[in-house]
Amino acid sequence: MSSSPKLHYKTVFDIPKEELFAPGHGLCAGCTAGTIVKLLLKVAGPNTVIVNATGCVEVSTTTFPYTSWRVPYIHVAFENAAAVASGIEAALKVLKAKGLIDPNKRVNVIALAGDGGTADIGFQALSGTLERGHKLMYVMYDNEAYMNTGIQRSGATPQYAWTTTTPVGKVLRGKIQFKKPVAEIVAAHRIPYVATANPAHFLDMMNKFRRGLEVEGPSFIHVLQPCTTGWRFDPRLGIKIARLATETAMWINWELDYGEFKVTVPVPKRKHVKHYIRLQGRFNHLTDRDIEEIQKMVDSEVERINKVVGKEIIGPVVE
Amino acid sequence: MGEWVRIPLSSNYAAAYAAKDADVDVVAAYPITPQTTVVEKIAEFIANGELQAEMIHVESEHSALSACIGAASAGARVFTATSAQGLELMHELLYIASGLRLPIVMSIASRALSAPISIWGDYSDVMATRDSSWITIIASSAQEVYDSIIQAYKVAENPDVLLPVMVAYDGFLMSHTYEPVYVAKDRSTILEFVPKRKPLWNILDPDKPITVGAVGNPDWYYEFKYQQVVAIENSLNILKQVFEEFGKRFERNYSFIETYNMDGSDIAILTYGGLYGTVTEAVDIMKKRGLDVGAIKLRVFRPWPTEELIRILKNLKAVIVIDRAISFGAALEGPIAMEVLATISKKSLDTALHSYIASVGQRAVTEEDVMAMVENSIDLLKKGVSLTEKSIYWGVRQ
Repeated sequence: MSSSPKLHYKTVFDIPKEELFAPGHGLCAGCTAGTIVKLLLKVAGPNTVIVNATGCVEVSTTTFPYTSWRVPYIHVAFENAAAVASGIEAALKVLKAKGLIDPNKRVNVIALAGDGGTADIGFQALSGTLERGHKLMYVMYDNEAYMNTGIQRSGATPQYAWTTTTPVGKVLRGKIQFKKPVAEIVAAHRIPYVATANPAHFLDMMNKFRRGLEVEGPSFIHVLQPCTTGWRFDPRLGIKIARLATETAMWINWELDYGEFKVTVPVPKRKHVKHYIRLQGRFNHLTDRDIEEIQKMVDSEVERINKVVGKEIIGPVVE
Repeated sequence: MGEWVRIPLSSNYAAAYAAKDADVDVVAAYPITPQTTVVEKIAEFIANGELQAEMIHVESEHSALSACIGAASAGARVFTATSAQGLELMHELLYIASGLRLPIVMSIASRALSAPISIWGDYSDVMATRDSSWITIIASSAQEVYDSIIQAYKVAENPDVLLPVMVAYDGFLMSHTYEPVYVAKDRSTILEFVPKRKPLWNILDPDKPITVGAVGNPDWYYEFKYQQVVAIENSLNILKQVFEEFGKRFERNYSFIETYNMDGSDIAILTYGGLYGTVTEAVDIMKKRGLDVGAIKLRVFRPWPTEELIRILKNLKAVIVIDRAISFGAALEGPIAMEVLATISKKSLDTALHSYIASVGQRAVTEEDVMAMVENSIDLLKKGVSLTEKSIYWGVRQ
């Protein structure tokens, strides 16, 4: 399994009709996390156990006596989704070996957590799980702040973004530090499969979920998840903003499959970052000069990625 | 009855043997002194093929209990072990393991809490888990550690209980000292007593999907918690049945409390863990010197054995409680003394209560100390002290 398999989901007609994520959940109108979870379950199918960290998806889908989950689901705490998932994986493995459950039944174990539960408080448990090599997939839905508790900054919040704990004042204007490159840090664990994805490119995202469930060992999918409430945009714009993230190269969809790096969504003609930034209230305070600074950072990142790929997979800014 | 072999084991090894003989499926643990040899021994059992289990070498105790929660939710029989800081790091998950009603069994080599850092034995760690809804057994011999862990699975997995159980014993004084222990020659002896559980309703099974760990809003949370109240109340009966069945089958008898030399004694010393051995030695010496003093061992801390205790306390003029942890700033700073006081009050007994704190951070407590405490207590009784105003800090340099 050294090279990527053929793409499984080529058109929207390849997507299974079965809905394992029930309607009636309490996510915000326009939340793109629902889109991600719904498609994730379509890929995974019913033989799946979901381990969900505390966060937006958890609180809005499991208020007793209701549940949105038509697959077995467990929530334990904020910082330990990876550890809980590793326990489930180990249990299934040994119960199969002892003949206590059907040894031929393949059950997907998926950990699902936000950026806070992954990049910050859950990072230790994640790193340990990756190092131990459990066969499970970890999906990080990244809305770039602690949205569930009211938009506090996380390690995954981008530079300059307003949050309730990085307010725009007379002295300080938004987050000072860079966004933690979580997928790259995960890749340094040399696990079989790491990818970044984005719900606007949903077929690409679903193929990555599929590949992540297929590989023997841990996989990690880092999904950008535009948040209407925290990013301050009109609820109908979530997917448009997700697409602009890729078109501006503020977000690059790539995969690292057994060491083989590939940009899965090439961008021959790039858009200026202002198209992405100006749609979001969290960046309202930025001046044109600030935006130019961000553009320069994106340019240098694009240059770096193109060098790694060995060709101009992401083109110059044309609009 | 089965066949048994008598071998020298530390309490840590006894815990490992019990986990092996209970045929645990998943072990997730992180090393901490003085618990480490439990996990090392289990790793040996797995490496030698004596136990078929998945060992998860987690990166922290927080992840150890998290992995146990995951594995137990998937239907596995699980085991973990820890001490002190490790138990504190697990604290959040203790409540979740019991709240999710998972029959996890954990052994604790009890140890003092930082700061200052101390690797030595006392019961500060266990006492800090008081309200976590774990059934808590405190053993005072390696044999009792082995037997209690076997019993723990049978109680924890009972559908009327479904609560986790911790079995604690003295760090170092027991965890690292050897005693002869009877262990089953063949695991089947144990598994006939405590068969592997059949999957209940609360297992993560794709054929019967359920949601575990749902959000409990104000209209439901209270009922979930009340169910735990009922479960731990139920466990009193189940524990009793399990102790009786164990005794009948294996001829080793256990109860919630153990007593020694109570006939003709109107003063008794109540303590827990390995210190009970020192106390009974002191009782023997005092008897030779013509003073009859009884000894009471508290074996089950949660659920609190009110009835059993009242039956004994009501015949006493005074009870001397030796605590091995401090509840800072409490009305009575010996945590067990406080519970004994509540028990006495429940039936308005006129038993005097003298609370002593000793062996904190494994400060040595000898038979001489115990006898001196008894002398001190008799003096207090003569002065008419029916309740020590504060706990007495035995042997501390003030």
